[in-house]
Amino acid sequence: MDSVRCVGLYKTYKQGDQIIIGLDGVNLEVEQEGFACLQSPSGAGKTTLLNAMGGLDRPDGGEVYVAGKRIDNLSKGQLAEMRLHNIGFVFQAYNLIPVLTAMENVEFVMQLQGVPASERAMRAREALNEVGLEGLENRRPAKMSGGQQQRVAVARAIASRPAIVLADEPTANLDSSSARHLMELFAKINETRGTTFVIATHDEMAMSYAKRLIRMRDGKIVEDQLQET
Amino acid sequence: MTATAGIVFRLAWRNLWRNYRRTAIVLAAIVAGIWAMIFMIAFTRGMIESMVSDGIRSIPGHVQIHHPDFRNDPTVDNLMPSPGGELAAALGGEDVVAWSSRVRVPAVISSERGSRGVTLLGIDPVAEVPISFVADDIVEGRHLENERDRGLILGRRLLERIETDVGKRVVVMTQGTDNEVVDRGFRVVGVFESEIASTEEAFAFAGRAALQDLLAIGDQVSEIAVLGKNRREAEQLHRRLAETANAEVEVLPWYELNSYLGTTMRTMDGFVIVWIVVIFLALSFGFVNTLVMAVFERVREIGLMMALGMKPRTILAQIIAESLLLLAIGLAVGNILAWATIHLLSDGIDFSFVGEGLEIMGAASVLKPSLGIKDVLLSTAIVLGLGFVASLSPAIRASRYHPVAAITKE
Repeated sequence: MDSVRCVGLYKTYKQGDQIIIGLDGVNLEVEQEGFACLQSPSGAGKTTLLNAMGGLDRPDGGEVYVAGKRIDNLSKGQLAEMRLHNIGFVFQAYNLIPVLTAMENVEFVMQLQGVPASERAMRAREALNEVGLEGLENRRPAKMSGGQQQRVAVARAIASRPAIVLADEPTANLDSSSARHLMELFAKINETRGTTFVIATHDEMAMSYAKRLIRMRDGKIVEDQLQET
Repeated sequence: MTATAGIVFRLAWRNLWRNYRRTAIVLAAIVAGIWAMIFMIAFTRGMIESMVSDGIRSIPGHVQIHHPDFRNDPTVDNLMPSPGGELAAALGGEDVVAWSSRVRVPAVISSERGSRGVTLLGIDPVAEVPISFVADDIVEGRHLENERDRGLILGRRLLERIETDVGKRVVVMTQGTDNEVVDRGFRVVGVFESEIASTEEAFAFAGRAALQDLLAIGDQVSEIAVLGKNRREAEQLHRRLAETANAEVEVLPWYELNSYLGTTMRTMDGFVIVWIVVIFLALSFGFVNTLVMAVFERVREIGLMMALGMKPRTILAQIIAESLLLLAIGLAVGNILAWATIHLLSDGIDFSFVGEGLEIMGAASVLKPSLGIKDVLLSTAIVLGLGFVASLSPAIRASRYHPVAAITKE
């Protein structure tokens, strides 16, 4: 079964008098336990596609299925509910809620899901250990490095056990060492937990960790290939 | 639901102290506003309470019973028999603290040097003690010993106007039942003082039986003054007595007997609400501005929470919770400060420099703030209610953010 499936997605934006094509008939299936990288130059549609897959943005045309359920026709509240239970997000920056500690940030999604407190704490601690942040549970984001913050975001994404984790330029704001560690972490989680990852990036190093590389240009998928890691 | 409420409360509380200087400034404004609101209400309530309790003590009681025409023509032509039968039994009810029957007539009191028109009350001094002010306020001489006492109690001001004194005789002149003028000499045995100086000129007190003899009216009386447990329970007491009394008498509560006081009390309730709303409106500019700023500064964070699956209504609840939390702290501190101020001023504030003006209103010159739980609850409910309404606009705005646009906002 596919974790996510996009059928004939179209999306346009208006920029002044100009119409920009974000997605132009995109068809894509990402299988369970997959590890795919979307690669394109800036503005070629990878973030737009990621947002459509994650129910953050609605396409103008086409259909999106997450864990077998169609999501492009859901209301704002239903989309929030779908994201809560099915999608884990790691953004380029501003990933964490500043007033919550690392532990509370990881627990945040589970708390909204209604996971009991004891189980929540256990899963959050486990996820933080897995991303190598044991001992930093009570630290707030302002007291952590960019790499540590990204790892907390990864811990949050995996702790809630989503169908798929979508990461938008997760290494863009990190130094090369932190970026490499983060990608190794993604790969390890994909391997050990079977979590599906779709990562939008133009970082060649990041792409080298993906099992599948999808290249986009002008809102279209121009290349979709499996690769050895 | 509980878990969501937990995260909503936690975020609201922590966000409140994120910019603690700004929160402290807004909080100080809210506390000052709440303090002023509660203190002014207590102060005005105290003034009204003083007017009402003095008014009730100085003559009417909580409920009065008269001949139906007595209020239009308060003379000996409109008397009623002393209470007996069912009415006397009703007056012995548990909700009656004391009652006293009186003879009340207009009269002229003359000394060698002057005369003045007064309302002359024939009272039973023993029965009257809990009801009217006279017994407590006698400052010279003595009180009447019994209803047959042929002495006269005058107010300090009247005594000075007609230039007489305790121990001297004055002549009381009034109209008897046959429209003939009747008069008799009375010895001034006591002087009373009142917080409301005009009362000292308006009333004189004699023994009831002595006045009945003078007027030749047998044991008939003009009015029965009834004191209940609490003036706020006067309505029930009035209803019960009115059901018992026959059609030949009229039973009226204090707020109808003294419509000025009754209207003042009702006006006060309206004033309290207007005052609370005015204070809140003044506060709301700073309050809403702070909330709008707080939301504006957190657009990306709100976008992130929405992206992670927080529903728009939970975002709405979080912003509203934040504003209500701020108001709740302001209310708690403001109420405590107002209570402490009222406690410190429990002996009253001396306004004797504007005493004459207060007297015209029927209030004493020393005003004691009076804080009622009802007013505190009402102001708390109105402030929280209006706070809720005021925070709706920024909260709705936040809940309508598009997650992608919000996260990428510079």
